[in-house]
Amino acid sequence: MTSVIDILLGGLFHAAVLFLVAAGLQLVFGVQKIVNLACGSFYALGAYFGISCVNWALALGLPPSLFLPVLIGSGILMATVAPPIEALLRTVYRRDESFQLLLTFSLVLMTQDVLRIVWGPTPQHLGTLSMTYGKVAVGSVTIPTYNLLVILASIAIAALLGFFLQRTRFGRILRATAENRDMSAALGVNVKWVYASVFTLGTMLGTVGGALVVPTSAASLDMAVELVVEAFAVVVIGGLGSMRGALAGAVIVGLMRAAAVTVYPELEMLAIYLIVIAVLIARPAGLFGKAAI
Amino acid sequence: MRSHLLVLLLLAVLALLPQVAGQYHLTLMIPFFAYGIALLGFNLLFGYTGLLSFGHALFVGIGAYAAAAITSKLGLRSFELILVASAVGAFLVAIPVGLLSVRYTKIFFGMLTLAFGMLFHSFLFKFYDITGGDGGMRVLRPSLLGMDLSTLDKTAFLTGPFYYYCLVLLGFAGLAMWRMVNSPFGLHLKAIRENPRKAEYLGVRVRLYRLFAFLISAMYCAMGGAILAVSTGLADPELAYWTHSGNLVFMVVLGGFANFLGPIVGAFSFIFLQDQLMSLTQYWRFFLGATLALIVILFPRGLMGLLQDLGGRFRAAEAPAPQRISHELGTERVNP
Repeated sequence: MTSVIDILLGGLFHAAVLFLVAAGLQLVFGVQKIVNLACGSFYALGAYFGISCVNWALALGLPPSLFLPVLIGSGILMATVAPPIEALLRTVYRRDESFQLLLTFSLVLMTQDVLRIVWGPTPQHLGTLSMTYGKVAVGSVTIPTYNLLVILASIAIAALLGFFLQRTRFGRILRATAENRDMSAALGVNVKWVYASVFTLGTMLGTVGGALVVPTSAASLDMAVELVVEAFAVVVIGGLGSMRGALAGAVIVGLMRAAAVTVYPELEMLAIYLIVIAVLIARPAGLFGKAAI
Repeated sequence: MRSHLLVLLLLAVLALLPQVAGQYHLTLMIPFFAYGIALLGFNLLFGYTGLLSFGHALFVGIGAYAAAAITSKLGLRSFELILVASAVGAFLVAIPVGLLSVRYTKIFFGMLTLAFGMLFHSFLFKFYDITGGDGGMRVLRPSLLGMDLSTLDKTAFLTGPFYYYCLVLLGFAGLAMWRMVNSPFGLHLKAIRENPRKAEYLGVRVRLYRLFAFLISAMYCAMGGAILAVSTGLADPELAYWTHSGNLVFMVVLGGFANFLGPIVGAFSFIFLQDQLMSLTQYWRFFLGATLALIVILFPRGLMGLLQDLGGRFRAAEAPAPQRISHELGTERVNP
């Protein structure tokens, strides 16, 4: 029983972070029809920048218990890299998708070195800072309160995102643009602006996700390319372009990984790719996708 | 006719290169040959059939690990055996992978191949007992055409016999590919790329031909992988990682996927560009990425496209040329 709760909580924590990145990927794909390989790079940027911000804040005398708001703030701030990148992507919106994919791949290569230039090749971490919030007991296991907070934060963001997309005026404009770009433009929607804000929002989800993960694990140069494949797995399982899909996919991948690590470590990622392949073969649109192929 | 002469000239230059070029640059030519062969196959799938795979590093990995397993586990040294084994291995793996993947096109094809590639990578990475894990497996010096060359030192082997061996191999691989793309088979593939539905109405068995292209590309990639592994002496899981697949696509686009020689030009430029950048700065990935961005945005037809444009302008200046008919592939796909 203990191990089951362990797996559940560990998996949900991982799923919470994965959901944020995958939601960013989905948003950008849904509206701009671009599969953004660089979503993992934004995640890494958020992680590194989050560490720096927290260290600055602590050096300036901030009480350690306030590090969580600093992390979220740094993630939001990091999203300012998005508009210039969106301007770059704008050149290929009307091109074949292989070019779009390659352009985001070039971003992956470039960001990896930007991280190396700014933060150096050695992994960075925040030490035991996440323990400032103490631990809580869930049944017979204790977990850091921080992990629980991240899970709750992710749920809150998911709810907010859902409200924003379904109930607000901008959400409706956004969905209309996703449905039919030219028709929205004809009806007076400023598509350029919608694209720029969607891309910024998508990036922000990634950078906040990265910032939230660093108190529990180190930020390394490889984290970007490693996360991309997991985020891909999430969106494929959930269905490309679907927010509910991102949520379901993240929970499945997070739990699967946690279970595999405990039960049979060799299977860790292998299990996830097997699910991805199974889903793509049995139901290529994913669990919640509607895209007909 | 002119292009035939040009290719013969290029082969002659490559054959004479060991007489003039330095050892260092000659050792760089081996990865060039390896990627040249791999990308010729890759482009049959990408440039000619219109399917972008983000998982072909899987087959490069199969070639490399076949070389490692045969030389260091089975103790056999024949490079011919390695080539045959990697091609057969890739063929056998490509049958199920291809059958499942070619049911889809576009981004779904890319993602499915990526998933298969990563599946293989995590197998290599996690099953330490069989594959050596992240340390990889050693590839011992193979014999060429039955000749034992283990007494040569590494550079002498790579720049001497192995250089000519790979050059001849690239020549044959290129010739075979040239015959393929200009055969009815190649025309089928192009028809599928341009308009799969129309091709199907005309009686082309779309999925079957896509599968054929997939199988051939897999075998080419595996042979390239075997050469690559011999040149480094190591087969490691990074070869099958998704970023390596990305680099394969990078090279093809750099050279120009719309041209038969594009992949070869791309492999050559990539290897030497990377080498130059690495000697200039430790941040070479950044400049490599920037080059890719530049090519994608400004020169989507790659270096060969650029050359053709320049050549076209040159000829147009000589005489008012008739409307140049774009027989090249892919231009329509670039600007739909």
